[in-house]
Amino acid sequence: MPKMAPLDRILLLTTGILSAYQVAVGIDHFDAFPILAYSIAFGVLLVASLLLIILGFEILDLPAVVVISTIIPLALSLGLVWQHLAAWRIPYLVFSILGFLSILITRSIAMRKILPIVVLAVTHGVAGMMIFLLPILLALRGVLEPAFSLVGVGGALIGLGGLLLFFLKAGKPILSRENILRVFPGLLLLMTICFVVGFRFG
Amino acid sequence: MKKVLAKFRLYWPLIKSLQTGLLVATGLAGYMSARCPIFNLGTLGGLFVSLVAAISGSTVLNMWWDRDIDAKMGRTQKRPLASGKVDPAEALRVGLTLSVFGVGLALAMDPLYGLIIFAGLFFDVVVYTIWLKRRTCWSIVWGGISGGMPILAGRALGVGGLDWVGAMLSLGILFWIPTHILTFSMRYFDDYQAAGVPTFPSTYGFKFTRATIAISSILAALAMGLSAWGFGMAWGFLRLLGVLSVGLLILAAAMMFKPSERVTYGLFKYASVYMLAAMILVAIEAM
Repeated sequence: MPKMAPLDRILLLTTGILSAYQVAVGIDHFDAFPILAYSIAFGVLLVASLLLIILGFEILDLPAVVVISTIIPLALSLGLVWQHLAAWRIPYLVFSILGFLSILITRSIAMRKILPIVVLAVTHGVAGMMIFLLPILLALRGVLEPAFSLVGVGGALIGLGGLLLFFLKAGKPILSRENILRVFPGLLLLMTICFVVGFRFG
Repeated sequence: MKKVLAKFRLYWPLIKSLQTGLLVATGLAGYMSARCPIFNLGTLGGLFVSLVAAISGSTVLNMWWDRDIDAKMGRTQKRPLASGKVDPAEALRVGLTLSVFGVGLALAMDPLYGLIIFAGLFFDVVVYTIWLKRRTCWSIVWGGISGGMPILAGRALGVGGLDWVGAMLSLGILFWIPTHILTFSMRYFDDYQAAGVPTFPSTYGFKFTRATIAISSILAALAMGLSAWGFGMAWGFLRLLGVLSVGLLILAAAMMFKPSERVTYGLFKYASVYMLAAMILVAIEAM
């Protein structure tokens, strides 16, 4: 496992600070439920950044990472759906809870390999597409400012990061382990910047 | 000049700059939590200098008293007093001078503030270090009480008296200290054994120690949250404090149910980051 470079620490710290800003200030004008959902998403991002700085890239090897990294796209997409797709609130809430519990269960008990992968792919896929497409559609239709499409770009980046981590943990990395870890802090920061700027000016 | 610099370099480790910095930050945050005119440079400067002097002084005195056990522990045997690089009599004079100056300045600024600073110093040096540290693992309670004094003193200086918010802030530090110290005593278990210092892990075992850390983390988070609400912290900042507290609680739970060296180290470091972040939030909120 490569040692974390000072630049990586700076990138992660900036990610943490931006996430903290988003929790404390960036979502203050929303309703209670989206605030809760976004607080969970950016809160996980904040705590994860701090733990990465403290413990290094080694924590990415923990089995719990798969479960915890699901919380960010699920909570973000849930907040977006709650705000902008009123008719889908309850079905999507049920999907999010079931998706999270399914990942938690399939990762906690021993079972054949295919089911955990399918559950993970479906849950991540739906949440990722929601974060990617919904903001871009809302911006294109003129419902929200064009800058809101940056949230969609952030969604694409979170999807990319998720894929990299997934294949890394599955033992079939798309890039070499060193390269993934080299781009990971920058990717996290870029994604967070997109979310913060998108929510602020969108 | 070179001589002075060399001396400064020798004494710098004696004041444990990170620990002193964190405690000074709690004192400043306690003062700022009162939302008094925080940009009164005279008061703020006096507060800073008195806290730095008193806390550094008590730390030097602790190091002076503990130099024999420091020499027995791998982690601390290179400290200037333990390794014989600093003359003990000189360190004692420096420690006393800093302490008297810090407490004196604090008393001159405000009698109640000075009294609390003196109490913190007394509990830390006399009760915790000299009297109890080598006798019982419960000495950390007194270490915790003394650690909670700077924030209580800062708050008292800001509001002009003692109030429940100050007491709650102080409790937040008191309950945070076991999270910090007990993870430390687990990590350096062999060192403390070699020095003959009783710790929770050596007296009650690791399981009980982990449970104590988990409970104290919950209580620290509750006390910090309650005090932040008490002095009127904005909702968004409370939310952020809540998020950081959840991180602390998850790590404490992980240490309880899935203990490992890595989790212990993570909790030890995160607890410091948590407290620093909480103090920064209080300061930003006041500005």
